[in-house]
Amino acid sequence: MVSRSAASGSPQTQRQRAVARIDQNAPINFTFDGRSYRGFAGDTLASALLANNVHLVGRSFKYHRPRGIMAAGSEEPNALIRLGKGAYAEPNLRATQIEIFEGLYAESQNRTPSLKFDIGAINSVLDRFFPAGFYYKTFMWPASMWMRYEHVIRHAAGLGKVADDHNDPDRYEKTHAHCDILVAGGGATGLMAALQAAKSGARVILADEQNEFGGWLLGEADIKIADVPALSWVSDIVTELAAMPNVTLLPRTTVFGYLDHNYLTLNERVTDHLPSRPAHLPRQRLWKIRAQQVIIAQGAHERPLVFAGNDLPGVMLAGAVRTYINRYGVCPGQRAIVVCNNDDAYRTALDLHHAGAYVVVTDLRATATGPLMRAVRNAGIEILHGHAIIAAYGTHRVARVEIAPVDDSVTAITGDIDHRDCDLIAMSGGLSPAVHLHSQARGKLQWDDAKLCFRPSATHEPSFNIGACNGSFDLVAGLKEAVRAGTKAAAATGHKATTLDTPDVQIHKQSWRPLAAWKIPNGHASGRGPKAFVDFQNDVTASDVSLAAREGYQSVEHLKRYTTTGMGTDQGKTSNINALAILADALGNEIPAVGTTTFRMPYTPSNIGAIAGRDIGDLFDPVRLTRMDDWHRAHGATFEHVGQWMRAWYFPQDGETMQQAVNREVKAARTTAGLLDASTLGKIDIRGRDAAEFLNRLYTNAWSKLGIGKCRYGLMLKDDGMVMDDGVTTRIGENHFHMTTTTGGAAGVLDWMEEWLQTEWPDLEVYLTSVTEQWAVATLSGPNAGKILQDAGIDFDLSPAEFPFMSMKEGHIGGLAARIFRISFTGELSYEINVAARHGLALWTRLMAAGKAYGITPYGTEAMHVLRAEKGFIIVGQETDGSVTPHDLGMDWIVSKTKPDFIGKRALARHAMEYDDRKQLVGLLCSDPATVIPEGAHAVLDPNQPLPMKMLGQVTSSYFSPNCGRSIAMAMLKGGHALKGQTVFFPMLDGSVLKAEIVDTAFFDPKGARIDG
Amino acid sequence: MLIITCPFCGPRDEVEFACGGEAHIARPLADNKISDADFADYLFMRDNPKGLFLERWRHSAGCRRWFNVARDTVSNEIVEIYPMGSLPAKTAAKTTYKTSWRRDTAAEKAATPSRSKAGGSK
Ligand SMILES: [Zn+2]
Repeated sequence: MVSRSAASGSPQTQRQRAVARIDQNAPINFTFDGRSYRGFAGDTLASALLANNVHLVGRSFKYHRPRGIMAAGSEEPNALIRLGKGAYAEPNLRATQIEIFEGLYAESQNRTPSLKFDIGAINSVLDRFFPAGFYYKTFMWPASMWMRYEHVIRHAAGLGKVADDHNDPDRYEKTHAHCDILVAGGGATGLMAALQAAKSGARVILADEQNEFGGWLLGEADIKIADVPALSWVSDIVTELAAMPNVTLLPRTTVFGYLDHNYLTLNERVTDHLPSRPAHLPRQRLWKIRAQQVIIAQGAHERPLVFAGNDLPGVMLAGAVRTYINRYGVCPGQRAIVVCNNDDAYRTALDLHHAGAYVVVTDLRATATGPLMRAVRNAGIEILHGHAIIAAYGTHRVARVEIAPVDDSVTAITGDIDHRDCDLIAMSGGLSPAVHLHSQARGKLQWDDAKLCFRPSATHEPSFNIGACNGSFDLVAGLKEAVRAGTKAAAATGHKATTLDTPDVQIHKQSWRPLAAWKIPNGHASGRGPKAFVDFQNDVTASDVSLAAREGYQSVEHLKRYTTTGMGTDQGKTSNINALAILADALGNEIPAVGTTTFRMPYTPSNIGAIAGRDIGDLFDPVRLTRMDDWHRAHGATFEHVGQWMRAWYFPQDGETMQQAVNREVKAARTTAGLLDASTLGKIDIRGRDAAEFLNRLYTNAWSKLGIGKCRYGLMLKDDGMVMDDGVTTRIGENHFHMTTTTGGAAGVLDWMEEWLQTEWPDLEVYLTSVTEQWAVATLSGPNAGKILQDAGIDFDLSPAEFPFMSMKEGHIGGLAARIFRISFTGELSYEINVAARHGLALWTRLMAAGKAYGITPYGTEAMHVLRAEKGFIIVGQETDGSVTPHDLGMDWIVSKTKPDFIGKRALARHAMEYDDRKQLVGLLCSDPATVIPEGAHAVLDPNQPLPMKMLGQVTSSYFSPNCGRSIAMAMLKGGHALKGQTVFFPMLDGSVLKAEIVDTAFFDPKGARIDG
Repeated sequence: MLIITCPFCGPRDEVEFACGGEAHIARPLADNKISDADFADYLFMRDNPKGLFLERWRHSAGCRRWFNVARDTVSNEIVEIYPMGSLPAKTAAKTTYKTSWRRDTAAEKAATPSRSKAGGSK
């Protein structure tokens, strides 16, 4: 271990020179794997580590091989980092995208105990046991063994660990926006297109994943645009765009999803780059943007070359090396070998040379000519044409390579092997357009045989691909496309501007036709010799791909899943084309014939916190409170969630248990009076000429003749004949009804009624209004209910003759206007008192005051359930589950035989409804009166039958009933109605067996003698 | 996410809507004499085509009104939006309606003999 103090001043030995993007006057201290380092403002974690000559930054997924920094952008497959501590820790972040800040704390991943000594690396030696399809093959071992291996494998193979504290302390926001034109990517072409579009007055949003605009130009040194250095041209355009009111610039914002109808999702990293996050700003912001037109300017990804040892730290993409030199002033090595199949890497050779490195170019092509090659030769750089790196070696960093001459198709070694020492390999296998967004939006791709890449053909959504992501790698061609796309997109949104001139570009002329060389020979048979990686993040080698082909995998979609190529968090940005080409080669097929996989969102991994935004904790779902809620809280109620409602569950007194409290409440309701807050019941106001006829069709029973001021219980079915809701509906006037629904079913019932009115019976004139929240409801129930109402100041005669059961009267209680319904869910004399919501608490306190002398007892939903179960009343959703008919419930009496139609009528006549093994509602009395059979317990007729036992059905409601002095239960049992009097058994998890007699469901006052008090 | 143009409110995001499934399933009259199997065509059988589909949508977080949508399930292109109780006017959507297997079912015939022209709206 290296001590901290010695390390804190560690020199940035690889920092070569001053560059504009790095502020050498602003040093920044950070920690990586417990060691302190220093970088500068403008660095990424990757560039700062490279400046300190740190290449080894992680261990690979499967083999735990040492891995370094390969790229300079979001395509990085190797350098995945765990950032931050405690609850702030976040795994699997790409070091190439992390802007460093003072105090940054980062750790490498997937290594035990340390990066340099990792016991998991034994996997690399045991690689014969980790071939392609390893996971699938493992399933073919005895299943019992898999259970054991899985544990080991899941720990050995994997990425970073999430934060130990799962309560993310950061805040995330979501925002919605509309624009005429969204430009995804702020490189040269994206900027040009945005400017062209913005000049027309169209509303433009320009987003780029980097911290500043400029794209790949940020990593170049020798390009001039419009006679000024490329980055001056960039900053002029950015300044111009920033000043335009119709333009929104979003740096540090990744367009990660492209969905139907030009709907795009963006992740803005608002404060990730700051040492501390200001309270008024979120950490990240999720943008949901609807654009009329989209211009995709995503750029391209450089491909690695597939040679043995290509995954060693110090083996980098040639373009990335250029970026580290030019943008960050860091030269990642002193003895560099450039290996390539194309012209572009020669520019890296030049920049390495100018940065002071010793450079050799190994060009797979037998010949290559042009100004770039001339410039390299004139600089005195050695060029080996027709040569390849056939293997690279090193322990924690590349140290040595084997170079050999190869034939024209790069399939065979044709001469002696030359050994060279080196500390850096800059590889280039050509460019792959970033077609991800285009592909997410279901755009089509075509194979370009000259440029050796897939590029967009037809778009599916209104969009344009421009520049490198369109396969137009040449800057001038890209800028021309940008002007064209900007003009066309603006025109499509009804805007027009003078066409901008495409600026002059000064850059070395080069060819964009790489040599097709997908797998570099190493003199060994496939599967032997050192590994040549295709997918670095998922540890997939060239021989894995060949093996898959030999085993019969011909489709790229199958190959992908079998080998896991392209299934890492990088989605194979650097690996897909190489894998495809090697598969095509193994199958003796053309690349386009093998096909390509579909890219799906997200383009880069997106933080779940940003997707959740503020919709967490208390803001996850609205909470609905009744008007009496304050009283309940003040009187110690416990609560339960019923849908969004918070309902008082029970009111414990003086250290009562729940059972004690519920027993007391249930008893009070039958001996004196109980008071229930029933405000949450769904209430629908129904009016119109055809209101009664509508109810006739909606409910199973008849409604036409219901008198004004009378109430009726109704059962609502779906059209398949199954019970969906129940409740009491009251006729307020000739064409005016007041419907109640279950608390949970209220919204669904209203939607259901609207659906039938609008789609099936538009000829009916009926108007529906939800009035659930307009009324507060207190249910007063018990033998003393009438007296209490009297004392509370009711202004009409309560005698049963004047105010019979199942009727409604309007009047006043202590001056509060009320609708009082004489309906009962307890079987006791009961009044459901509805007042204007604002009077709810006043009503409640007046009733409590008037009832004090009688011992009035507030009760909650639990006592309500026990009271109704004592009477055998069902609760829809508890006794029923969407497969229960009225007959199953023993409620044939409520189904009209004479109505021509109601919803569910025809379905009830189906033959299947007559099967005698349908589950039917019964009552149960446990042989032990003190035992409450658990709800959900399954009944069997013979507890000694062999397994699996024949199930009869399940217990749906089960309580201790203080009024019956014993336990009671309801159950849905197959053929239950015919089983009355028989005994059923309930085998319990602990091996015991409960026994119960099947009885009627009315446990208490079966004759209904108590209804008038 | 789709943009759906509510005939009453205008273009809105899909999140404001609820899809009500296949359109133009005529409901047999309750006293029909069709077999259970034929009735099942109405009650249970739902199309799930690759291509143009006539379906019902409701502006659930807006005006709460129902309407019909002709949508291509492959491209998600919305070809036509038309009111409840009416038939599509665009040729492709018309063809989809006319060539549906439902037009020949006993369930549809039992919906109402006189309604064959207007077409069931549910
Ligand atoms: Zn609407």
